[in-house]
Amino acid sequence: MNLALKDIRHNLGRFTLTGVGVGMLLMIVMGMGGIYRGIVEDATLLIDRIGADLWVVQHDTRGPFAEVSRVPASLVHRARAVPGVMNAREFVYHTIQRERDGKPFRMSVLGLSWPDDKGDWVPLIAGRPLAQNHFETIVDESLGVRLDERLTFGKETYRVVGITRNMISSGGDGIAFFTVADAESIQFDSSGEAVRLEQAARKNRAEQSDIGTKQPTLVEQASKPSYELPAIARPQISAVIVQVAPGSSVEQVATTLSGWSDVSVHTRVGQTELLLKGSVDKARRQIGLFRVLLTIIAAVIMALILYTLTLDKLHTIALLKLIGAPNMVVLGLILQQALVLGGVGFGIAYFLGQQLFPLFPRRVIVTNEDLWQLAGIVLAISIASSLLGIWKALRVQPSEALS
Amino acid sequence: MNDSPAIEAIGLTKVYGSGNTEVVAMRNASMTVQRGEVVALLGPSGSGKSTFLAAVGLINPPTSGRVSIGGQSILDGPRALTSLPAFRRQHVGFVFQKSNLIPFLNARENVQIALELNHSSSRVARQRALKLLDELGVADQSENLPSMLSGGQQQRVAIARALANQPSILLADEPTAALDSQRGRQVMELFAQIAHEHGTGVVVVTHDQRALHVFNTIYSMEDGILSRQTQAVTT
Repeated sequence: MNLALKDIRHNLGRFTLTGVGVGMLLMIVMGMGGIYRGIVEDATLLIDRIGADLWVVQHDTRGPFAEVSRVPASLVHRARAVPGVMNAREFVYHTIQRERDGKPFRMSVLGLSWPDDKGDWVPLIAGRPLAQNHFETIVDESLGVRLDERLTFGKETYRVVGITRNMISSGGDGIAFFTVADAESIQFDSSGEAVRLEQAARKNRAEQSDIGTKQPTLVEQASKPSYELPAIARPQISAVIVQVAPGSSVEQVATTLSGWSDVSVHTRVGQTELLLKGSVDKARRQIGLFRVLLTIIAAVIMALILYTLTLDKLHTIALLKLIGAPNMVVLGLILQQALVLGGVGFGIAYFLGQQLFPLFPRRVIVTNEDLWQLAGIVLAISIASSLLGIWKALRVQPSEALS
Repeated sequence: MNDSPAIEAIGLTKVYGSGNTEVVAMRNASMTVQRGEVVALLGPSGSGKSTFLAAVGLINPPTSGRVSIGGQSILDGPRALTSLPAFRRQHVGFVFQKSNLIPFLNARENVQIALELNHSSSRVARQRALKLLDELGVADQSENLPSMLSGGQQQRVAIARALANQPSILLADEPTAALDSQRGRQVMELFAQIAHEHGTGVVVVTHDQRALHVFNTIYSMEDGILSRQTQAVTT
């Protein structure tokens, strides 16, 4: 006869409520692990999906995901000329925050190197990749934008031609994919008044300089739009991404590119590590510590619950001892209840997590490995938390049944 | 164990505390209960009756004195000469003032657990539990929880549990206190019947003067001193 299950059945309502409480607590522990996984996954997903072998970035910087990186657009042509490079593309990446329907609208803008890259590698759940050099975008579904919707940034309007899923920046913002030209337009958009003021200032500087006085045509040139002026460089890009030809050595190409003093080069693995050890690391440690604290709290609460359940049974335990029950029977009663409570709590945590985690603003990824790990932790805290109750139960004297 | 007394308690003394706080709850108490004998133990509250019962029931060993059950020496002063829980399980049955049933087990399971603790298989224990409940007239309540039984029914289930392992001795501490006079008399007569049919030595602590006719021997206790009073007439 299993006394633990008989007792649970007799106090089913109370035990169920306790199980739900423990389950919700364990769900938070499970969720914390899932949030951490989500952060890591989000941070590395883009690097993995883009699939570049090398990232060429501004000298002494750690790449566009870790900090601001600016390199000239012409760098892509230099990179293409390096032996062993199969393909080099421009990469533009920045985060913007605008307003939409009266609410903050925050997203990461990623520039695709049209026409080499039309976003074919972006996993679409609706729509299509980019089909023209301007005014089209693919957005992550987390941004809450519908297919065919028009988004206005600056003076331009962009049509949503594709919807993707789980393309999230390391900061948790949904990513929108544009061509590099459009991404730069969004980044460097200036109002008409600002453009006019800049042209006037340029003309004024030219007029006041010796060369402007000697060559009046230069003053005339200064009034033209900046893209018509050869002296003004194109907007800078964030990085150049390089794919190494099959059979060529990534290390060798990286060594060659590293020889240029105006850039730094990171491999895909290096870029991922920089990201994880940089911006994600603090979040990882913070969540990890929080998870440890929650686990301890769960163990303490379970111990108190089991201790209270044991206190309620002291007379029964004394009676069992009086009729000759060995300590193992009493120990088994409490330990089995602790394990059932832990198991029920774990099951409820898993069920609730499955229902609630998808509603979280950031991805919560619970892997099988994490589930097994948590199951082990629950087993350990179930055993540990039953010790207080067992200690109390073993001290009960059979004579207490007579009182 | 065959011809030896069911209980032989010699010179039991129980002292609580020490020095200024020392209290002698029982002083040099001796009692012999033969197999099939039904013994009443009378006395006012606080006289030491429960202390005596706890000592011979191997629950709370005496400070000094010896206890033998069925001819086997079990206690020599506070020292146990065998495993008390195991011996209690096999040879001692208890019935209390309150029924003291396990609240989350039904009537059958309350009896069955005593058998299973004594290593009976679940099937055998179940059959014997049902048989005992039938003998005690509560078979129809076998699947009911204690909270659904009347006081008399609970006491009968408790007696069935006490008898489950065919104990050498049955100790009852005011078993009729919570019952009306008719049911109280029925329980007392049941003890006499059990003693005679099973050869069990029965010791009943009671205040109920109306049921004294069922006892073979009456002891009284006052200020921790046990004395044999008179021989009762068995009906």
